[in-house]
Amino acid sequence: MTPNELPAGSAAFPAAVIPRLPAESTPTVQFQDVCLSFGEVHALDHVSFSMNPGETRVVLGAAGSGKTMLLKTAVGLVMPNSGHIRLFGEEVTGRKEAQLFDLRARVGILFQEGGLFDSLIIAENVAYPLLNQHAIEQSHAPSEAEVKQRVREALRFVELEHTLDKFPSELSGGMRRRVGIARAVVTAPALVLYDSPTAGLDPITANTIIALILKERDLRNTATIMVTHRYQDGHLMANFRYNPSSGEIEPAASSQKTTRFLVMREGRVIFEGSQPELLASTDPYVQKFARPGSA
Amino acid sequence: MLDFLKRPVETFQEFVLLSGRAFRNIFRSPHYADDILLQMDIIGAGSLFIVSLIGFFSGVVMALQMSRALATYGAQGKIGEIVSITLVRELGPVLASLLVAGRNASGIASELGSMRVTEQIDAMRALGTDPIQKLVTPRLIATAVVLPLLTIIADFLGLVGGYFIAATMLDITRSQYWSSAWQVLEYNDLTQGLIKPFLFAIVIALVGCYYGMHTSGGTQGVGRATTKAVVVSSVWIFVITSMLDPLFVNL
Repeated sequence: MTPNELPAGSAAFPAAVIPRLPAESTPTVQFQDVCLSFGEVHALDHVSFSMNPGETRVVLGAAGSGKTMLLKTAVGLVMPNSGHIRLFGEEVTGRKEAQLFDLRARVGILFQEGGLFDSLIIAENVAYPLLNQHAIEQSHAPSEAEVKQRVREALRFVELEHTLDKFPSELSGGMRRRVGIARAVVTAPALVLYDSPTAGLDPITANTIIALILKERDLRNTATIMVTHRYQDGHLMANFRYNPSSGEIEPAASSQKTTRFLVMREGRVIFEGSQPELLASTDPYVQKFARPGSA
Repeated sequence: MLDFLKRPVETFQEFVLLSGRAFRNIFRSPHYADDILLQMDIIGAGSLFIVSLIGFFSGVVMALQMSRALATYGAQGKIGEIVSITLVRELGPVLASLLVAGRNASGIASELGSMRVTEQIDAMRALGTDPIQKLVTPRLIATAVVLPLLTIIADFLGLVGGYFIAATMLDITRSQYWSSAWQVLEYNDLTQGLIKPFLFAIVIALVGCYYGMHTSGGTQGVGRATTKAVVVSSVWIFVITSMLDPLFVNL
C-alpha cells in the first residue's frame, strides 16, 4: 500500500479512530506528506514513502539533507509540523510522549555516534531497553538472569562479549557502534533504524558494521531503514545476504527485490527506486550518490 | 516590533514547562532513588569541603571587620550577635548557594549538554525513558535536600570562624560569644535561613538542567550552556534574596 492508497480522509483523524489494518497488509513505516521546519530551514519537505515488513530502505543524501530528521520523526523524537507518520499502522503524529513508548519498544535505533550512556558500563547499556521499556515491563518483565542472558546474546551477536564490564569511553568508535547495534536489537524489534552506521569509520570496520546489519536483517527478517552517505553501504544491503548456515555474507539477488533507495536533498525525497533505477538516474545530484566510491 | 522579546519569552515559557514537568514527576512513578542518592553525593558530599572552607573564612572575615567598627562604640562583646545574624540570615545561604551554583549548575549543564549533543537524551527517549523523570527530577530533589543542609554547616562553621577571632584577638570568652550568638537568633531568622537555600536550590537545579537539556551546537554549545547556567542561576540567587528580604525584615 502506498500513501496515496490510504482510506480517504483517514489522515485527518487521530490514531484512536483509524481502524487497524490486518497485520500482513500493514506497512511497517508510512510517511505521508510530512513537513518539518526550523524557522526558515525545511528539514523535511513533503516527504512521503512507505515500506512493508522485512523490507529495506537505504536513505542517501548530503549532510544536512534531512536524513537524520527522517529517522527521528519516524519514532516521534521530533514531531513534524504537518503530515502523518504511521508505525506498524499506528499514528505517531499527535501522540503524547508517554503514548509513544509502546511503539518505540518495537523499534531499535542506532544513533550516529552510538548514543551509548557514558555513565553506564556496556552490560548496563545493552540491558537498558530490557529494563526500562514500559511495553516490555508490562507484557513480560524479564528476570535478572534472563536480562543477563539476553545481554550476553546481543553482545555475542556483535562479537563483543568480552566488553561487558567496560565503559563506552574505553572502546573504539567501531566497537561503540557495534554495542549500539547490540542495544538496538536486544529487544528483537520488528524495525531497526540505523543513522549513518559507518560514518567516520575505516572501510574494514565499516564493512563489519554492514555485515552485522545484514545479519540482523536476514536472521530475523527485520525491516530496516539505513541512513548513509556511502553508496557502498546501500550496495551491500541490496546485493548481499547473511547465510546462517555458513555464518558468512554472500551475494544474493533476493535482497534486490526488498531493498529500495531514497535520495534526499534539502529535506525533499528527490528519488525513490531500486538500485538499477538509482544507477540509471540522470539527475546530477542523484548520480553523485550512485557510483562506487561516492560520498 | 516586539521581535526582540520573542526569544526571552520563549525561553521563559520553555523553562516554566520544564519546571512544571520536573515537579509533577516528583509525584509520579517511576522514581529513580539511586539517581537521587548519587546526585546527593555529587552535590552534597562533593561541595562539603569548599562550602565548609568558605563558611569558616566568611565568619573569620566578618568578625575581623566588624570588630573595628564595634570597638568605636566599645561594643566588641556584640561580635557573636552580628556574625550570627548576618551569617544565618543572608551570607550563609547566599555564599553556599553561589558556590553550589558555580560548582553544580555548571556540572549539571555540562553533563546534560554533553548527553544532548551526543544524542544520549534522544537515545533515552527512544529506549522508553522520560529524560525529565530520569535526569531533571532527581537533580531537583537532591539539590533541594542538600543545599539547606550545606547552608547549616556553612553557618555553623562561620560562627566557629567568628569565635576563633573573638577568642584569639578580641578577648571574648567562649560562653559570652556563643550565648550572644545563639540568643540573638529568632525563629524568623532560622526560617529565612532555611527557606532561602531551598528556593536557591530549586533555581540552581532547574536552570542547570534547562540549559543542559536545551544545548545545541556541539561542544561549543556545551560551553555556552555551562556559562549561562552559572551566570543565570547566580543572578537569580541575588534577585530572589532581594525579593525575600523585605518580607522577612518586616516580620
